[in-house]
Amino acid sequence: MNERENILGRIREALRFPARRPGSHGVTEGKTALPTVAERREVLPPVSSSFDAQMALFARNCAELRADFKLCRDADEVIAELARLREAEGWSRIASHRGPQTESAVTSFGLPVLWTERGYDKHELERCAAGITACDALVAQTGTVVVSTRTGGGRALNVLPPHHVVLATRDQLVPDLPAAFATLKERYGADYPSMISFITGPSRTGDIERILVLGAHGPKKLTILCV
Amino acid sequence: MNTAAKQFVRDATRLSADLRHRGLIQTALGKYEVKRDEMKARFHDWERARQLAADTKWEAINHLDQYLDQFVRQLEARGTKVHWASSARQARDLIRGILAARGARTVVKSKAMTAEEIHLNEDLERAGFTVVESDLGEFIVQLRQEPPYHIVFPAMHLTRGEIKDTFEARLHDAPSDTPEELTMVARRVLRQKYVEADAGITGANFAVAETGMISITENEGNARLTAALPTTMITLLGIEKIVPRLEDLALLLPLLSVAGAGQLLSGYNTLYGGPRQPGEPDGPEEYHVVLLDNGRTAYLADAEQRDALHCIRCGACLNVCPIFRNVGGHTYGTTYSGPIGSVITPNLRGLPDWKHLSYASSLCGACTETCPVKIDLAHHLLQNRRNASRVKPSWWQKLAFKLFAPVANSQFLWRWLVTKGGRVGWVFHRLVLGTRFDPAYAWTRTRDLPPIAPQTFREWWRARQNGSAEAGNGGNAAKP
Ligand code: SF4
Repeated sequence: MNERENILGRIREALRFPARRPGSHGVTEGKTALPTVAERREVLPPVSSSFDAQMALFARNCAELRADFKLCRDADEVIAELARLREAEGWSRIASHRGPQTESAVTSFGLPVLWTERGYDKHELERCAAGITACDALVAQTGTVVVSTRTGGGRALNVLPPHHVVLATRDQLVPDLPAAFATLKERYGADYPSMISFITGPSRTGDIERILVLGAHGPKKLTILCV
Repeated sequence: MNTAAKQFVRDATRLSADLRHRGLIQTALGKYEVKRDEMKARFHDWERARQLAADTKWEAINHLDQYLDQFVRQLEARGTKVHWASSARQARDLIRGILAARGARTVVKSKAMTAEEIHLNEDLERAGFTVVESDLGEFIVQLRQEPPYHIVFPAMHLTRGEIKDTFEARLHDAPSDTPEELTMVARRVLRQKYVEADAGITGANFAVAETGMISITENEGNARLTAALPTTMITLLGIEKIVPRLEDLALLLPLLSVAGAGQLLSGYNTLYGGPRQPGEPDGPEEYHVVLLDNGRTAYLADAEQRDALHCIRCGACLNVCPIFRNVGGHTYGTTYSGPIGSVITPNLRGLPDWKHLSYASSLCGACTETCPVKIDLAHHLLQNRRNASRVKPSWWQKLAFKLFAPVANSQFLWRWLVTKGGRVGWVFHRLVLGTRFDPAYAWTRTRDLPPIAPQTFREWWRARQNGSAEAGNGGNAAKP
């Protein structure tokens, strides 16, 4: 408590003298209002208002980020896609969480599934080939998938297994980052999950000679299947 | 010269002549520049975006007491334990105390410049904890027992060959020197560490007052794992990281990614608002946030320099700085290098020892131009110079200016000096040019001295008025 008061006291003391406004030459008076949503939209990369154009932008961004994105006709196509991945990568064990998007698709396999939503053994999760989760939103502007502890089966499921598969729906697509934050606020209000992650492409690093390598610590592959 | 300044000059002299080092840095930053410009161009209005970001940080920093209080109340309401540290020592003591109370032995760390600032690793290791850096670049420099070279790209100064050698020597595992395989070695080694570690320590890029969350930007997923698997999580946070509202991140996150790494959005931008909540399957049982002052409130008190606390540590000013690009990150001998380091270090650690960093600048202003939150870095460097000379002007500078002032103030003396005086001096100067007797030795030792123009501007102008401009040196410039 003591240091808290000390530090806050020093801050109050320090702020008695006003500082120059950013971008002005010496002006300390007046009011700087915080930017509004509309103002931020005006400066960020523009996004079309048409749904199809937004979907196309999301797909383009995914391709650039080396994430695999597929727009599926129906739930059956999603299952077929998952079966294809299982074959191609030889999955023997996968992890997921129970929920409307994931449960039926994941159980259709006959593979052993580690369900995480009620707690799990982290060593077991580490041995799973893929983590299959739902999400909160897809952001067209940046090719981002928003997951949280609630939609992503906890904190580790969507980042520990080498392949993260996201099962999303068309209505989860939002145009831009301001819309993504508005969606989160609307959905969770005062009761936010303890973790919310904006995932943009598979895990990557450029730490060795700035050469891009995928799968530094998190998933080497990110697949987004959208119905 | 004091030791820090001597070391700077010595290392700068060595590295600016090191062509291999220069080549490495230029290639790395060349790639960054291309991507950064491409992403900037996608913005509808990048310049206005910078202004909005600056406004946001201005609001936060200039009402820091209110926002900090709000941030802490929100965090505590959801079960996070918040600690306050006025000094580096207090922060270290707090973190050691938390780890001891939790019975932790091994710690995974994700990149945190605040931890570098308080020398946390050394302290924890001395106290018997095992600390593993999980960010690949940090992991590499930790194996080499070096400080990070750059605040965003810690191992930027190393070639793949050097990294291979390091892995071979320290991990006995280096199948080849391709970046791909070296990264996989680190991945294998570190995965086990995450699963086994008792505690995770992170830094943070932003702290959201409105919702009581911290935000971490990264590409590898190492911070994600650090925050997911260990049962204790600690975040060491500088108090200046505050932003007012959650939605402010909609602008600040892409701005940080573009300026910092040339990405529209970095791989993982993650918000943490507490320990594992009821109904959640995983996450730490305990979450501790340590708020670090360590000189920041004193900085805040300097209204002229206060905006340096707006810094989001993107590293863009380092990347564009011609000095950084030639002398490299380690030469600065500071936690924060490049222009932002040169601005804040003298004010945090003392002008007398660090004022030389104010001169580690060509005053080209590239840093000011590039800073995504519009900190006027070049100007702050000048202010530091002014402040340093106020504190303790050197005698020879005082003498030089005493002699110079009357000459510069007298039209007659000045005109004589730059014409006849200069030409006479030039003749004599040739005799000692480049030798130790040369009064301009500091310059001429390594550089050419351009010859004095045969004509002054005034002479040339007069000649031109008389209709004989073509005869003059600047003839072509004078064509209408
Ligand atoms: S001063 Fe500006 S450009 Fe430099 S690191 Fe900070 S935010 Fe980035």
